[in-house]
Amino acid sequence: MSSTQQLNDFVTQVRRDILRQVHAVNSGHPGGSLGCAEFFSVLYQEVMKASTDFDMDGKEEDLFFLSNGHISPVYYSVLARSGYFPVEELNTFRKINTRLQGHPTTHEGLPGIRIASGSLGQGMSVALGAALTKKLNGDEHLVYSLHGDGELQEGQNWEAIMYAGSHGVDNLIATVDYNKKQIDGATDDVLPLGDLRKKFEAFDWDVVEVEKGNDIDQLRNAFKEAKSKVGNKKPVLILMHTEMGNGVDFMMNTHAWHGKAPNDEQLESALAQNPETLGDY
Amino acid sequence: MKTYENTGNKDTRSGFGAGLTELGKNNPDVVALCADLTGSLKMDEFKANHPDRFFQVGIAEANMIGLAAGMTIGGKIPFTGTFANFSTGRVYDQIRQSVAYSGKNVKICASHAGITLGEDGATHQILEDLGLMKMLPGMTVINTCDFNQTKAATLAVAAYNGPVYLRFGRPKVANFTPENQTFEIGKALHLQDGTDVSIIATGHLVWEALEAAKTLHEKGISAEVINIHTIKPLDEEAIINSAKKTGCVVTAEEHNFLGGLGESVARTLAQHHPTPQEFVATQDTFGESGTPAQLMEKYGLNAKSIVEKAEKAISRK
Repeated sequence: MSSTQQLNDFVTQVRRDILRQVHAVNSGHPGGSLGCAEFFSVLYQEVMKASTDFDMDGKEEDLFFLSNGHISPVYYSVLARSGYFPVEELNTFRKINTRLQGHPTTHEGLPGIRIASGSLGQGMSVALGAALTKKLNGDEHLVYSLHGDGELQEGQNWEAIMYAGSHGVDNLIATVDYNKKQIDGATDDVLPLGDLRKKFEAFDWDVVEVEKGNDIDQLRNAFKEAKSKVGNKKPVLILMHTEMGNGVDFMMNTHAWHGKAPNDEQLESALAQNPETLGDY
Repeated sequence: MKTYENTGNKDTRSGFGAGLTELGKNNPDVVALCADLTGSLKMDEFKANHPDRFFQVGIAEANMIGLAAGMTIGGKIPFTGTFANFSTGRVYDQIRQSVAYSGKNVKICASHAGITLGEDGATHQILEDLGLMKMLPGMTVINTCDFNQTKAATLAVAAYNGPVYLRFGRPKVANFTPENQTFEIGKALHLQDGTDVSIIATGHLVWEALEAAKTLHEKGISAEVINIHTIKPLDEEAIINSAKKTGCVVTAEEHNFLGGLGESVARTLAQHHPTPQEFVATQDTFGESGTPAQLMEKYGLNAKSIVEKAEKAISRK
């Protein structure tokens, strides 16, 4: 395990990577990416047992699936800085002939990606399928997944949640990025999600709630608790309260930065709040 | 003329079931998923033999496709089973993103395709599925003609690495493919040699094409019959060579004339050897309730219709 300072430095650099990627092409999704910078950093730096020598089948290692594929900037940054591909490749984000497509895909062969995502609501089923195969293979490693909260408005999620709960698929730890915002505004205004904890529990899931999903120690504890619950005939949900745009003052407390890139001045201000730690790409 | 013996009417879906049973015994990586239609898809035997490898997902087709995509990660070969309508139109985006674009080794197995589903009517009679599936990059699209061919195709798609749409049906139809014929994906089968017209048929219409060729023969017309079991990748060479020989073409399929085999053949010929072509297919319409035979007659999907279209095609040479 890294020290908290090391991980904080990692997160700060990931924020810079997110901002610089979307600024360079004046497109992409910084808000949700920033909100999940700590989640990805803790997951890839400390929690998952996975090899950077990428193999699609991922036997005898932990797997991760991103369902809300639009937060690709944070995914790419953490994969690159965890050793899956050269950090310099972040320069190619969303540019022609890139492996770093707007939304993550296997199609261009980017190491670390096992499924295309972007059209929302599909990742829970895919993660669940991979978890079932791990069971068939007698592979005791875990499957992790991340989902947007707004994404839970897609019905396919609930088909998968029902299947996982009723079949007690207990090698799956799904996380919901509960920032309560989506493109058109607050989830409560667009289509209220209700009590997510009660909903998942009603579908026979174990729920671990993280009040501050941007706090590294709370995340570490949540993963620890979640892992203590696997193998108990129930899938595990981490309900992770986060702040969209976290780490950049003018991007927080608003849904405005869901899918908008900062201009030159805004980038300068945002980067000043997150000084270079591990070296820019 | 070659003669083809019908060894007894059987449903193509049972050919799928028989193939799946054999795969269950011989390939431990094969898993099967079904959305509450185990009996209709003839998956009962696989389920009984391998309960650990059979996944009843309930009436939740979108989840079934996603599960199947995920199950390939770690080396499983998932076969999903439901009706053709629920295998394609209902889950198009799931197939597009999680299977086709992601390049997953999923076999989407679809029964009750087309109008011969019969009495259930248009809600269940998809006539657009070949078009939907063939438009997806990287998707192999197969539409088999009888029990034996469906069984052989089921074995073949398991051995092939990549996404496949395998389409078959409900009614009992003539079974004439030799029992031990190997299924070669993308390779057309020449069933009759002829010089006046090429009948290029797929699925349940292949037997009708053979019957039509007999009638045409009696009228002094020499019809070539080609069985296109693989809509994509299409055996373009077989089609072009036949068109060069006969000078006109009839395509026959249990599908809308928009998006089906006929359009794939027309595109091929337009590019390589422009040829008069007639289409035996539904004419941009939904189906309706009725017996399969009544519907085939009403919508012009039988030997009689193929004969008429063949004569018309010849007249346009």
